[in-house]
Amino acid sequence: MSETILVQSSLDPRDAISRYVIPAGEPWLREIRKGEYLRIVDLEGNQAVDTLFYNLRDYAERYSAQDTIREQNNVYLTTGTRLMSSAGNVLLTIVADTCGCHDTLGGACATESNMVRYAIEKRHMHACRQSFLKAVIEWDHGMDKRDITSNINFFMNVPVTPEGGLTFKDGVSAPGKYVELRAEMDVLVLISNCPQLNNPCNAYNPTPVEVLIWAGRDA
Amino acid sequence: MNERSVLWEETVEPGSAWSHVLKRGTTLRITDIEGGANVGAIFYNFDCPAERFNLPDTLKAQHIARLTKGCVLYSDMGRILCSITEDTVGWHDPLSGCSNAALVTAKYGQARYQELRNEFHKNARDSFLIELEKWGLGPRDLTANVNLFSRVTVKQNGAMTFCPRNSISRAHVELRAEMNVLLILNTCPHPLDPSPKYSPKPVRLSIRKSAPPASNDPCRLFRPENVRGFTLTERYFL
Repeated sequence: MSETILVQSSLDPRDAISRYVIPAGEPWLREIRKGEYLRIVDLEGNQAVDTLFYNLRDYAERYSAQDTIREQNNVYLTTGTRLMSSAGNVLLTIVADTCGCHDTLGGACATESNMVRYAIEKRHMHACRQSFLKAVIEWDHGMDKRDITSNINFFMNVPVTPEGGLTFKDGVSAPGKYVELRAEMDVLVLISNCPQLNNPCNAYNPTPVEVLIWAGRDA
Repeated sequence: MNERSVLWEETVEPGSAWSHVLKRGTTLRITDIEGGANVGAIFYNFDCPAERFNLPDTLKAQHIARLTKGCVLYSDMGRILCSITEDTVGWHDPLSGCSNAALVTAKYGQARYQELRNEFHKNARDSFLIELEKWGLGPRDLTANVNLFSRVTVKQNGAMTFCPRNSISRAHVELRAEMNVLLILNTCPHPLDPSPKYSPKPVRLSIRKSAPPASNDPCRLFRPENVRGFTLTERYFL
């Protein structure tokens, strides 16, 4: 992006109500209440954090990449982006972003897409959609593969060219950069901390990320 | 197109929906009758609808943010649902999604069946959902759609721009089914179409039998990724 604007948060990590470190290759799932703040920290830099959101009351209403980019008329996500649901409601808003640009077109890696993209012999390698499926199976709330839809890749840089090309560029993130979201309704957040070893975007080195949650300011 | 191989033809009226299981070994030609059409489309493996069109896999496997001749539509299982074997338009939009009731009402005002009969305003999302229900599928199955005949470009800063008059009268695109594809279409206006008037356009459909993709098929050779995508699709039928 040529007009990157970085916005810091005023929230103090010492006030967070919970903190989690997600190792590379693992899923993470949690309910977030309306008004709460969710921060994702790229601890070591250029780590892809594949993320999905759902209306906590109705998982059929979920994050929609296409509705989100169309409503803001921009394919990249950053501060001010309202994450739209499939029913046209705002799930969360990005309220701070020290990276400046996040992807929602590149989707999540899968054993099957790795076979297409890299080599058929790559089927055995761990992938985000394995983690997503494991998480919804263990969550045991009736979710299945149909709920694993187009996600956000926090900290990933996937530029679209004016000619209609899609490119995978080196990341623009760095150790300690973060993105922070405010929940505009009660949501379920599902993260896969990406285990991709075939893509130079993370220097072939998947690393942990941290998630922090703050109570709503009115709480 | 060999006229003798045509199985049937029909018209999708402006603002209406259509669904069909496009059989492996057949090709659908969609023709923009008047120019300025938009066709929203979603795709499923009819034999196992949990396998469906995956937009990110389609874009990143082929390094594309537009669709045209040579491109294929990938499922989430690394297989190819349809190939674009012919295209006189040059750019079809995979990014912008579909209109919904709120968008159509805000843009064009209320237009009910009670007053307008079958000219009433339909939106793409509801059209997809109604058609999905007919096949036993529901809102959780509504995936990303493509908008055939429409062009939305992306500037360096990420801004999206709808390009009017992308498709002219008699422009056409062909989709060759590489498996039995549940295909759901509607001719509702593109969600970013700036026209102040609700003016959907009709398209003509023509379905014919077609040969399996040869070893030198242009869609297969479009990218090294597509060679593997066709291999995985062909293994599925072994």
